[in-house]
Amino acid sequence: MSYLELLKLASPEIVIVITALVILAIGLVTGHAKSSATISTAKPAHALSHTSTATGICSVVAALGLAIAIGAILMLPQSTTLFGGMLVITPLTRLFKIICIALAFFTVLLITSQKPPRHLGEYLALVLFATVGLMLLVGSEELLMIFIGLELLGLSLYVMTAFDKTDARSAEAGLKYLLFGSTSSAFTLFGISLIYGMSGTTGLAAISEKLATASVQPLLAVGIVMTLVGFAFKIAAAPFHLWAPDAYQGAPVPSAAFIASGSKVASFVVLGKIVLVGFAPMHGSADWHAMTAGWSPVLASLAALSILIGNMVALAQSNVRRLLAYSAVAHGGYTLIGLVAGGRDGFAAALFYTTIYAVTLVGAFGVIGLVRRETGGDNFSDFSGLVSRSPVLAGCMAIFMLSLAGIPPLAGFFGKFYLFSAALHASANHGLLWLVALALLGSFISLYYYLLVLKAIFVNEPSLPAAQPFDQLTPDLVQRAAVAVLAAAVLLLGVMPDVLAARILAALP
Amino acid sequence: MIAWTIYITFGGAVLLLLLPRTFARWSALLTTIAGLVLGLIALVRTPIADLAHFTTIVRAPWVPELGMNYHLAIDGVSLTMVLVTGISAVSTVLFSWDVEDRQNEFFFWLLLVVAGCYGVFLSADLFLFFAFYELVIVPKYFLIAVFGSTNKEYGAMKLTLYSFFGGIFVFIGVLIAYVTAGSLDLNQLSQFQFSPQLQSWAFPVLFLGFAVLAGIWPLHTWAPTGHVAAPTAGSMLLAGIVMKLGSYAGLRVAMNLFPQGFQMWSKWVAFLAVVGIVYAAAVALRQRDLKFVIGYSSVSHMGFVLLGLAAATALSVSGAVLQMFSHGVIAALLFAVAGRMIYPRTHTRELDALAGMNLSRALPFAAFTFVIAAAASMGIPGFSGFAAEITILIGAWKTYPLAVWITGAGMVLVAAFTLRALKQSFFGEAKPGVLVQEGRVALDPDWIEQQSITAAEKCGACLLMFATLAVGLYPKLLLDRIMPAVEAMRFLK
Repeated sequence: MSYLELLKLASPEIVIVITALVILAIGLVTGHAKSSATISTAKPAHALSHTSTATGICSVVAALGLAIAIGAILMLPQSTTLFGGMLVITPLTRLFKIICIALAFFTVLLITSQKPPRHLGEYLALVLFATVGLMLLVGSEELLMIFIGLELLGLSLYVMTAFDKTDARSAEAGLKYLLFGSTSSAFTLFGISLIYGMSGTTGLAAISEKLATASVQPLLAVGIVMTLVGFAFKIAAAPFHLWAPDAYQGAPVPSAAFIASGSKVASFVVLGKIVLVGFAPMHGSADWHAMTAGWSPVLASLAALSILIGNMVALAQSNVRRLLAYSAVAHGGYTLIGLVAGGRDGFAAALFYTTIYAVTLVGAFGVIGLVRRETGGDNFSDFSGLVSRSPVLAGCMAIFMLSLAGIPPLAGFFGKFYLFSAALHASANHGLLWLVALALLGSFISLYYYLLVLKAIFVNEPSLPAAQPFDQLTPDLVQRAAVAVLAAAVLLLGVMPDVLAARILAALP
Repeated sequence: MIAWTIYITFGGAVLLLLLPRTFARWSALLTTIAGLVLGLIALVRTPIADLAHFTTIVRAPWVPELGMNYHLAIDGVSLTMVLVTGISAVSTVLFSWDVEDRQNEFFFWLLLVVAGCYGVFLSADLFLFFAFYELVIVPKYFLIAVFGSTNKEYGAMKLTLYSFFGGIFVFIGVLIAYVTAGSLDLNQLSQFQFSPQLQSWAFPVLFLGFAVLAGIWPLHTWAPTGHVAAPTAGSMLLAGIVMKLGSYAGLRVAMNLFPQGFQMWSKWVAFLAVVGIVYAAAVALRQRDLKFVIGYSSVSHMGFVLLGLAAATALSVSGAVLQMFSHGVIAALLFAVAGRMIYPRTHTRELDALAGMNLSRALPFAAFTFVIAAAASMGIPGFSGFAAEITILIGAWKTYPLAVWITGAGMVLVAAFTLRALKQSFFGEAKPGVLVQEGRVALDPDWIEQQSITAAEKCGACLLMFATLAVGLYPKLLLDRIMPAVEAMRFLK
């Protein structure tokens, strides 16, 4: 294996890293100019226009880099394995690298919707580094590499969360996220080390072979549970979800969107690979009358708890971002059902669901960012009467919320049907019906709070004087377009789910 | 071609979002008329033999990996339901002619409900069916919460959550049928032999989910509050078609898929139906708000439908389908009079207050319409209500004679509350101090400028009255098409 070939196979990641470095350089140059301009208060208008040009350049470069990376992925060979699974290229990894980059792309589009952060170059570079983390996670079947990906992603996200230095909430969210995140990393690392100790290897396929002959020993069980706990932190499954509400509420909007979308998708892909490939022999069973030890009852109980706690607590929220955080816990629970079901169908359903969920949440955070820009907050009252101020945004938000609630013809409806039917298919004698029924009860509860958001938007009187209708051609046209595209995607994936579902199924062996 | 009812209605809804305000009403009206005309063409053109079984109209692969098809089909039962949807939709738009605020949005939600209903009645694929069924839920929320009156946010939320709660059970039932039989095609599923043990619990789950929407006692309480909170068009749609979704689905899906489960549980369905008929009629007798009276009367009438289904003879089930048609028309008519003709002109729906106005002099056309509607609702021969209810009772006699006796007694109650509402609302003694003259009603002078019944209202009322009379005088028109379709179903005793 020559280095040149390695470079070729890792070209998407390399493109993004180079883009990030270029943006850092641009930020460095323009940042200096900006600080000198802001000191001379005599020319604030000039300073403003200067900043916005720099913002524009940085964003365009970032978007361009991501686009090139997608192109590079398309050029990759169909399937290769390097270094015992450290870098794997399969149809599945190609598909999900593209999805992760697309999510990052939309996050980049959202960034300029707020007042540009003070160090935009650094911020964008962090987003790109986090994206590289996502790609490493998705594109690896080896525990060490997965851990490196997790850390790269995590470290970038901690900083992104705390990026708004002037906001105490952002700092609080960043600190909480850091503390919880590093604890979870410790858990994961501990679990991985135990598994390595038992099996003598870190490649998932090799682990699976070793485990197939081994019996369930206490030490192995501890290793598996520790690893799962680490991932449960990442996907914010109850009872390891406590960081999520603060991170979602306090972080700058694009960071929150990224945590909710890209990070989640990649975590589910990896978690799925670890449990379904690596721990395959330790599946166990979560069927109601026939529970046997293994990872699936663990995930099933995490799912059940997440669905219950997420939905119940979301009922009491009056802040839209906090509400979305708790609902994210619940949706994590639904997605876990797919993994509990296991098999090709279950994994495909989980991947489909988490992808459409990510698309929906990026869009929802886009709307939140735009509303926040206008009203300065994201409580229900800030959304009051949005429909009279901006019918398009209101319509998009309705699409996102109703898709989350699982209303046809939106993507969430098909996603739920697919998940639940996969769960029932997988279990003999409808053994997973209890989990499905619980999830359906959860989605019934969720409709209520999603409708509360829509009630604020469509029914309540506007809280602001409707002085300036803000559907005009404003500078944030790009964000509006991005939100509209995402809403259209959610609708399209609901009407023609085959577009994505067939691809995922084809990518799975 | 009947499939175009769905496309045109969805297209009309989308178009409404793009068109300027001025065209909103007319495009909504044209859309619904197109749907009705398509239904009528299908009624005339389709040979009766083709309506005897669920004949495929369109079939295209949708998600082949999961066995989902875009599959539409029609038989006599579907056709009847499509017709009543068309009639209700046109009259609903006519009775919403006065909506001024956020007109496009109003008609958008309204057309979504109508399109979803067409979709449910024509679907032959279980997933497609379920998607349309759930699609109808949320537009109702917006119709009521944004455009409603009296306690609208509560009524809207209650109704939506009830429907969605029923939807959970439907979801489970649909999943079970899909996973067990491995198919989503309704025609295939209705041939599949589910094990009796499965049917014994899957049937009640599925049927209960549907029955929530049909207003089965004791899960009916969303209906009166929802009807009262809804704008007139909303009540007309809700009572006219949306409640029928539940009973239609119970017949088409629950009973057809799980016939043995149905036989195990049918006497309980009959029991709940009879309790619903009598209970709702008794409650209606005590209501003061005219819309509440009509809301409870809807529950009572839907009880007949459920009784007809539970009795499971060809005659009773056909009667139930006919009753779905008949009640769709009559309920729409009653709500139109109460919500659109009376309320905007008197600003009250309280029967006691209305009694003091002697509205028959002020609004003669409204009085005439209400008399017709009340007669049809009570089951006077010559109207569709009579034809339907007598068919149900004769059909049910073999299976549940006791239920027929009790229901017969219940019909007296129905007549009682209808006559009471009729007398108090239109034929009370005029009190001094109330200004009443042709076309004008007023309790205080500010309201004098109310216009008399508009042309749009007259058209809508005439359409509905014509429908109930036509079917009442010549029920064979529909029964000839319904009966063979029902006889082809496998749950019959």
